[in-house]
Amino acid sequence: MRIDKDLVAASATPLVLGILSEGDLYGYAILKRVSELSGGGMQWTDGMLYPLLHRLERLGYVSASWGTSETGRRRKHYAITPSGRDALAERQQQWTVVAEALRQVWRSTQPSPGAVEGWA
Amino acid sequence: MMDPHAELEAQIDRWRGYVQRNQAISPADVDELEDHLRGQIADRQATGLDDEEAFLVAIKRLGNLDAVSREFAREHSERLWKQLVLVPEGSDGGSAPRWRELAIVLALAVGAGAAVKAGSAWIGDDAALTRNLGLFFFPFLAAYFAWKRRFNGATTAMLLIPFAVLAVVLNVYPFSAGGSTGMLAALHAPVVLWLLAGLAYVGGRWRSDKRRMDFVRFTGELAVYYTLLALGGGVLIALTLATLRILGTDFVPVLDNWILPFAVPGALVVAAWLVEAKQHVVENIAPVLTRVFTPLTIVMLLGLLAVLAAAGGFVTIDRNLLILMDAILLLVLCLLLYSISARDPLAPASLFDTLQLVLVLAALAVDAVMLAAMLARIAEFGSSPNKIAALGLNLLLLVHLVRASWLAVGFLRGRRPFAALERWQTQYLPAYGAWAAVVIVAFPPLFGF
Repeated sequence: MRIDKDLVAASATPLVLGILSEGDLYGYAILKRVSELSGGGMQWTDGMLYPLLHRLERLGYVSASWGTSETGRRRKHYAITPSGRDALAERQQQWTVVAEALRQVWRSTQPSPGAVEGWA
Repeated sequence: MMDPHAELEAQIDRWRGYVQRNQAISPADVDELEDHLRGQIADRQATGLDDEEAFLVAIKRLGNLDAVSREFAREHSERLWKQLVLVPEGSDGGSAPRWRELAIVLALAVGAGAAVKAGSAWIGDDAALTRNLGLFFFPFLAAYFAWKRRFNGATTAMLLIPFAVLAVVLNVYPFSAGGSTGMLAALHAPVVLWLLAGLAYVGGRWRSDKRRMDFVRFTGELAVYYTLLALGGGVLIALTLATLRILGTDFVPVLDNWILPFAVPGALVVAAWLVEAKQHVVENIAPVLTRVFTPLTIVMLLGLLAVLAAAGGFVTIDRNLLILMDAILLLVLCLLLYSISARDPLAPASLFDTLQLVLVLAALAVDAVMLAAMLARIAEFGSSPNKIAALGLNLLLLVHLVRASWLAVGFLRGRRPFAALERWQTQYLPAYGAWAAVVIVAFPPLFGF
């Protein structure tokens, strides 16, 4: 199942912040983790991750530092900051509200087999 | 031994070069993207793809580069503006050489100021000082290029010998006080010095047309930067002057004796450095101005021609008018040079090329009127150093413009490549220096100083 583009975009920030709250990572590893968590359902355009990471860095939610990879190349690592954790907590609350609302509305409109027959 | 992944490395290199052309993506971002690309490639290879397949999949996953760079631009919109980083952070540390360049530039700027200051204290005579002024700050500008381009002995000699000859001629000739040959020498010395600066700029490779054109571009940008620095400095000075006047302190002696002698030559060195520092990152401004002023100058020249024609007799045209007209023709020449310097030689002829031809033809008409007026003056009043110098300059301009218009017509009719027109400009430049040298070296003895 492919996830709609707008939904991917909306969930990108909390997802990245959540992944970074598990530990520091570099860009490619973040993407691999996203793909792992969503069972391959959330496919990002790889290149778009970096402008997002830079935006989060500018907002102060993550900090970046250059290190080296196992092959000795330059690699930029990202870590979540305290204000990033605050932002993540707030996003989590928002998403919880959204998810709860969706769950309720789906439960109340879930057509039972009998009801469908009754309409027919 | 051949690297088994040489082709992959070459592909990644080409990709890097392509991405780097994007203004919104900084070199550090490219490093980051490359790290990503390599990670993706390694994972694809692990699943059994070969180098080429892995590269293609990784590129595809990275997404459309235009869209990605738009995202970068949205996040880093300042990168599209602020491109001039004077002391950039190297992508691999090592900021010492950058600071060293700044230190050298500042030292040379102060040196140029000190030389002018010392020179004016040393030479009491105003006329002699005017003749020597360029000699004081030229060495510092040349020294900057000598450092930047790592001159060898031959190049240094190529600069020092003409410089020494010029210095000797300007100071050994017994110019009579208030004589016109001394004034002419003072006027033409900067031209010779400027061509020597060009020699320094191209690092001695003066035979290369491309390098000469680079010097032309450099000159235009330098003029723009110098003007901007002068404007900024003027604002600062005016504010200081006004404030100190209210506070009751007389700032003018400090300004005349210390600030201006250091600021004016120093700004030239700093401007040269700014142009060098930004040449790869910011669009040149001189060609942009050229686009704006070419049509306006055509209108102006046609207006002048109409007025000249209405005025009738050439003999009545006075000397100041001739000097002004020479200045106008030089302006036309600069417009021509800068629009050519910024043009893609392979682009087909466009409306602007036609406009440029109209400009040159209008300038030719003005030049013809001027020459006629000068010859009439010489016939009536006899020759003088001033008149011969002006006549010489006009003949030089005439040859330059006639050949340029001839080549431009050939280009517009599709008979010649644009490069021919471009080459003509750069090949002809030394003629101006040669003429200036003649005026400095030969005129004084010929006309009895």
